[in-house]
Amino acid sequence: MVTKKKAQIKKTVKKEPKKENKKVAVKKQTHGYEKRFDKRGFDELRPISMDIGVLDNADGSARVQVGDTVAIAGVFGPQKVRPKHMEDTEKLIIKCYYDLMSFSVTDRARPGPSRRSIELGLVIKNAVEKAIFVEEYPKSMIQLFIEIPQADAGSRCAAVIASSLALADAGIMMRGLVPAVAVGKIDDKICVDITKHEEDYHEGGGATDIPIAYIPALDEITLLQLDGKVTKNELMQAINAGTKACKKIHEMMKQAIKKKYEVIEK
Amino acid sequence: MKKELREYILALADKKLRNRDRRMNDYRPISVETDVSKNAEGSALLRIGDTQVIAGVKMSVGTPYPDTPNSGNLVCNVELSAISDVKFEPGPPTEDAIELSRVVDRGIRESGAIDIDKLCIIPGEKVWNVFVDVYILNNDGNLIDACGLAAISALKNAKMPKLDAKNQVVLGEWSNGKIPFIKVPIPTTFVKIDDTLLIDPDSDEEQISDARLTITCSEGEINAMQKGGKGGFNVKEIEQCVEESFKIRDKISEIIKNLK
Repeated sequence: MVTKKKAQIKKTVKKEPKKENKKVAVKKQTHGYEKRFDKRGFDELRPISMDIGVLDNADGSARVQVGDTVAIAGVFGPQKVRPKHMEDTEKLIIKCYYDLMSFSVTDRARPGPSRRSIELGLVIKNAVEKAIFVEEYPKSMIQLFIEIPQADAGSRCAAVIASSLALADAGIMMRGLVPAVAVGKIDDKICVDITKHEEDYHEGGGATDIPIAYIPALDEITLLQLDGKVTKNELMQAINAGTKACKKIHEMMKQAIKKKYEVIEK
Repeated sequence: MKKELREYILALADKKLRNRDRRMNDYRPISVETDVSKNAEGSALLRIGDTQVIAGVKMSVGTPYPDTPNSGNLVCNVELSAISDVKFEPGPPTEDAIELSRVVDRGIRESGAIDIDKLCIIPGEKVWNVFVDVYILNNDGNLIDACGLAAISALKNAKMPKLDAKNQVVLGEWSNGKIPFIKVPIPTTFVKIDDTLLIDPDSDEEQISDARLTITCSEGEINAMQKGGKGGFNVKEIEQCVEESFKIRDKISEIIKNLK
């Protein structure tokens, strides 16, 4: 009995230093965001899929999935301007509505427009408008509707991509396609295409969200928001990473449009 | 345009045919895809022909109403998204949108499809709130049936959220429990054009119809009805519709039963 007890004590003594080692190891991991939660590279995008012409009634439509974020965009028009007083004799009017489905997020969102969805509608419109030859469609309007059935951060960026593809599908004359990506600063690391899990990072430097839309054809940034805190250096780094990622997405968008016409080509 | 469309559809009906290559009593093909939204407790994307709707279930812990202290709450709501049709405008819901939402809600809630007494956590204090939201992605007619079936499919697909020791929902985690079903109510909609009755109308047929009748039935009983539109039905026609809707219910409930 005594020997057994001694052995037990020995065991516990042996265990203790090991535990300490573990604690140190854990501390090292939490010190700085060394590896991304989903093991991606810092400049690596999530898997992206794009489909064009997914809705029958809309004049142009697209479904874009970036990781677990899904955006469906539908375009109606060009059509007569309603209400009439909004008509512009020189250019196209664009109306954009962003809608987060109530069950798309973990905590149910109330259906219908919110202050957030109204702002995002405006921001998305401003992101794509520069790419459209608005002067070619006087006294007309297009309506752009975006539905988000599933959200895992970066929904406005997925919405911009889907909108741009839907506009192309509707045959609206454009200067170029508009790719977009949410760049983030997680602790002190610049990460491309951040997830909700990363967005909620609170340790160290926390999370800063910087959604960017960049039109490669014009070499211009048409969507830029920031929520968090960064230095000037970090911001420039983030923008560079964002434009680089946008160029990659741009190639995928071109392929997605070509894909729709593949069958006809054959 | 409407006049020509009406003449065309009636001429087809004389030959026992329907718009877009259908036979008289054909219900368009139904397809259901479940688990289409990962943050929802349950979700379904349902198609009837070219009509496409998506439904999702979210659950939360709430307090019961004083008159039903031991029952959970079930609310079903339909959003007539403007993405689905040129005719729909963004903004506050129209009369038609509210009618649609209420008819779908009644079909599921008032029929007692779900055993709300089992959705009680602590009697008189804590119960489950179940929200079913249906969004329309593409409208090609018969939205009532599409929304009703999508809502049922999403409920069938739903997992119960996990509760912690304080009976609060652990976001993003689910238990193995399922929502307790008592019966599966299936809506069937008919329209009347002159003296012709058409089941599962598409958007062209809906546009020129005089009257509409929706019958929601579960096994052997009728749970909800709604007559819409300006026209009327005679007793014989109603009887005919009820018989037909029971037949359709048996076919469609097989699809719903096989859902995961």
